[in-house]
Amino acid sequence: MKILVCISHVPDTTSKINFADNDTKFDTNGVQFVINPYDEFCLTRAMWFKEKQGATVTVVNVGNASTEPTLRKALAIGADDAIRVDVEATDGLAVAKELAAVVKEGAYDLVLAGRESIDYNGGMVPGMLASLTDYNFVNGCVGMEIDGTAVSLTREIDGGSEKLSTSLPLVVAGQKGLVEEKDLRIPNMRGIMMARKKPLAVVAGISAAAATSAASFEKPAAKGAVKLVAADQIDELISLLHNEAKVI
Amino acid sequence: MSVLVFADTSEGKYKKSAFEVVSYGKKVAEQLGSSMVVLSINAESPQDLYAYGAEKVITVSNDSLANFNGKAYASVINQVAQKESSNVVIIDSSIDGLYLAPMLAVKMEAGYASNAVALPSSTSPFTVKRKSFSSKAFNNTVIATDNKIVGVSKNSFGVHENPVSGTTEAFEPALSDADFGVKSVSVDRAKGKVSIADADIVVSAGRGLKGPENWGMIEELADVLGAATACSKPVSDLGWRPHSEHVGQTGKPVASNLYIAIGISGAIQHLAGINASKVKVVINTDPEAPFFKAADYGIVGDAFEVVPALIEKLKVFKQS
Repeated sequence: MKILVCISHVPDTTSKINFADNDTKFDTNGVQFVINPYDEFCLTRAMWFKEKQGATVTVVNVGNASTEPTLRKALAIGADDAIRVDVEATDGLAVAKELAAVVKEGAYDLVLAGRESIDYNGGMVPGMLASLTDYNFVNGCVGMEIDGTAVSLTREIDGGSEKLSTSLPLVVAGQKGLVEEKDLRIPNMRGIMMARKKPLAVVAGISAAAATSAASFEKPAAKGAVKLVAADQIDELISLLHNEAKVI
Repeated sequence: MSVLVFADTSEGKYKKSAFEVVSYGKKVAEQLGSSMVVLSINAESPQDLYAYGAEKVITVSNDSLANFNGKAYASVINQVAQKESSNVVIIDSSIDGLYLAPMLAVKMEAGYASNAVALPSSTSPFTVKRKSFSSKAFNNTVIATDNKIVGVSKNSFGVHENPVSGTTEAFEPALSDADFGVKSVSVDRAKGKVSIADADIVVSAGRGLKGPENWGMIEELADVLGAATACSKPVSDLGWRPHSEHVGQTGKPVASNLYIAIGISGAIQHLAGINASKVKVVINTDPEAPFFKAADYGIVGDAFEVVPALIEKLKVFKQS
């Protein structure tokens, strides 16, 4: 089985978010970039398939050379090889088209991607990629088993879960549950050393056109100070929630 | 040209988000000077949408669509968009909305802006404000394509009544086996519980509760308020509560009107998951807990004293 894991290069979850150039660009100053947390669940699940059922695992990112350390980390975790599509990631559709070209070229059986990236939060790339390649697609996946080409999956739904069946080739958008957080892999020294020698191919990309663009960014309005209510004045809290906030 | 709104249902009944997206779609149609058409799949009473400005409701009744199916639903919406010459499609940004919309975007060759939090600030260029950076910022997104899809974030626009005398029209979509490459085997939905996604109020608790045996009062508080229960990441990691209740950056996002956090210190990853909630109340013994900086109202106090008192006072308030 050939598995492709799509890796987004995103600001660390604790990063302060600021914008530059008159609020038209994300300010990367002092920001540490990591593998998108949702993609980490996918990569760990892919490693499980590799170790237990036999598979090759390729990781891919659409972006400039600054994303290579993130791809090397994925290699250190255990992926066999990496592909960087040397195109600036603009919007979801353009990224999905670049990835679709990689998927078609490599004839992957299973494509895993996080359900969204924690920067642009579009949640659109996996579904678009599935449609562009005509692969089956399951979103918000929290469980997956593969037997030959038959796949059983569980996805999250509002207020519960749904069991699904489908077949390879397949695109899965994963999240926590696909593996648990405690099972996520941390690169060890041997993995880091080996990652340096693993192939990282840089491909030119197809320069797909974007359908959307970020015209500007803004931060939420500054919040006023918390109104503290004494622990023995519960009536006051209820009054505030009813009369001022109008939420009860 | 028209604006097409997909009004989603659950077991035949409209979700609250359906009334919100219809309210939103009506305004967008006004902005564009066009009409609005609403699509429902297997809805029991499509006339319920007339109250929110839906003059024309297209109904699809099809047993093969009884369970949500992303590809098939996208195919149906695409067919109706073509029939109605709709170049703007409005859907919600629920779990199902986020499943089908990207596939619809490819079918329609449309730009898609998910998690929109306001009406378009401009229709030329078509610009819509959407959540990004885990609700730590907003992104004013321009959709450049002729066809456009907007996914509306829950509780961001609200439900607005606008009664009209509407009509319904049945439509039979053409579906093939290829639309059902993914099959639903079974659905397991917690009965009688408010889901976090649907809840207007969420009562959430953390390690300050000291153990799973103390969750009775959290459930009782949620019960009094008609709220969903949730928890912080350490609590779900410890197995005190199911993972489905974990709220935060890698857990469930919450966009409720009221979020009550009890015994949760407020790690940045937790705050990222609840930023979109409108009013936040924090109950914590530690006055230095970071959550107080993000909260609107707070009580510095012991949950084991404050929560039972809050339950009793709310019961009296509800009866008054």
